Amino acid sequence: MQPDGKSALSPDLSVNTIPNRKKNTLWRRMIRNWELYLFIAPAFLYFVIFHYGPMYGIQIAFKNFIPTLGVTGSPWVGFDHFVRFFNSYYFWDLLWNTLSISLYELAIGFPLPIILALAFNEVRDSFFKRTVQTVTYAPHFISVVVMSGMIITFLSPSSGMIVNLVEGLGFQAPQFLTDPAWFKTVYVLSGVWQSTGWGTIIYLAALSGVDPQLHEAAVVDGASRFKRILHINIPAIIPTITILLILNMGSILGVGFEKILLLQNPLNMGSSDVISTFVYRSGLVDAQYSFSTAVGLFNSVVNAILLIAVNQIARRTSENSLW
Amino acid sequence: MSSAVKESRSDKLFLVCNYIYLTIALVIVLYPLLYIVSASISDPKYVSSGEMWLIPKGITFDGYARVFENANIWIGYKNTIIYTVVGTIVNLIVTLPAAYALSRSDFVGRGFFMALFLVTMFFGGGLVPSYLLVKDLGMVNSMWALILPGAASIWNIIVSRTFFQSTIPKELQEAAHIDGCTNFRLFIRIVLPLSMPIIAVMALFYGVGHWNSYFSAMIYLNDSAKYPLQLFLRQILVLQEMAAQGGGAIDASSATAMNTKAEIAALVKYAVIIVATVPVIAIYPFLQRYFVQGVMIGSVKG
Repeated sequence: MQPDGKSALSPDLSVNTIPNRKKNTLWRRMIRNWELYLFIAPAFLYFVIFHYGPMYGIQIAFKNFIPTLGVTGSPWVGFDHFVRFFNSYYFWDLLWNTLSISLYELAIGFPLPIILALAFNEVRDSFFKRTVQTVTYAPHFISVVVMSGMIITFLSPSSGMIVNLVEGLGFQAPQFLTDPAWFKTVYVLSGVWQSTGWGTIIYLAALSGVDPQLHEAAVVDGASRFKRILHINIPAIIPTITILLILNMGSILGVGFEKILLLQNPLNMGSSDVISTFVYRSGLVDAQYSFSTAVGLFNSVVNAILLIAVNQIARRTSENSLW
Repeated sequence: MSSAVKESRSDKLFLVCNYIYLTIALVIVLYPLLYIVSASISDPKYVSSGEMWLIPKGITFDGYARVFENANIWIGYKNTIIYTVVGTIVNLIVTLPAAYALSRSDFVGRGFFMALFLVTMFFGGGLVPSYLLVKDLGMVNSMWALILPGAASIWNIIVSRTFFQSTIPKELQEAAHIDGCTNFRLFIRIVLPLSMPIIAVMALFYGVGHWNSYFSAMIYLNDSAKYPLQLFLRQILVLQEMAAQGGGAIDASSATAMNTKAEIAALVKYAVIIVATVPVIAIYPFLQRYFVQGVMIGSVKG
């Protein structure tokens, strides 16, 4: 019981007779919780400076950026950079590589955590289950540099573990890292190895919410385990699946370029060059700031449109959507 | 349930298949990890010929000796620890108070702030404008270029907010206010001590992120004395610069010498993978439930 608290509360009761009461209480609520604005200030500043700041900088996509003139002072050129990008000989290659890697990753990498989570959910034996979970989650914590290093080492033509394995089985090992035909498979399968286990957690959370009585009733009715997965567990995780699918579709042109950048080499470039690695190379390596920003903007706009479109479709066809 | 109800034959078969499936998953994930551990202490000639496939053969600690002799590894380790600790502290200072404010239903304007933050999840300025901004702020070649542009993640703010909403009873806050407790004291004295699980989860999520990141260091740092561990790892593992290092005494025309050099380089790679990854992988099983909890809290909202 402190006097400050009393005095902060008592005006509340006396001043309420003023006509503009609603506005007044709103203002008073803001004053009373003034510290909360202090709490949110660092995050507010962070998002304004480091997220909205670069959005202001997007205008250089429509300008010829000259460092000495700055973002605001550089001359406008309209859609020149976009036209140059769309007409360039590499445009369709970049688009194809980006789309095909994303869709390949989605086709293989999206269903596997769901299947693994359903399998975990059937196991009651806790030590075995915990061991498999701990081990399959672990690769999630390996850094992208170490992961790429492992891929390069394992696929090394003379001595790599996987090359030895393939040759031990009596096959001719392909040039995994230098043959463009293999790049996408290497990228997708290594991603599956690294993230399938971790990806199950969100589905396991959804599965833990299934009412056990549903299963008991189904058992009484003679439903097999498989039937119960099909008719109880899968419907229970459909909302989670839908949301994750929408989010994945929204980043379809945003393939994880950190790993691609590390695995790229001049020989596999034909299938490994995607829009985001191209943005990095033309923007930061070759310092074509405006052109690269235009390419990046094209990428984000397509992503945003895809996300909105997929979300609309999901909203029309089911009750699950992001907004 | 399985003990209470008698399993039918098809269910037993299903369970057996399920166990086989999980065992295969276990082996596929575990084998490469064990292989790296074994390869890092095996004679490289057995490793490259494929004779060493699981159990270490011709045990040698030469790889580790060379890794620890390498001054860059120590520099990288030191820098990474500094960036991880400072970065994580900044992350927590930005994330937790903001998440708490957003969790309060009597916070006027929380819808506005939430919307402002959420937009950045779906649309951003892109690589070059962000780079130019960091450059204009004069942070190139400084530690802050690695820390401030990633000072918070909207995802983690949402996860923390959900935690505060579901674990801090509204009555507690009201009672504290009636007792004249300020929001500031309420947060420090009552909310934070009740929120240790979420603080641990956030520290771990952000900490692992800092430990493993290389891209911002690669584009913002030019001075190799400031490089984090991951950049030196990139030189050794991806650009394979170690192979060219320290080989001056060996006659390059000799084929066997070249082979030995390549083998030593491979040995060093396995050892360096272990050295760089062990801190994270070693603490992870003990903290696994926190990590998992973090994802679960997020999924409630997600």
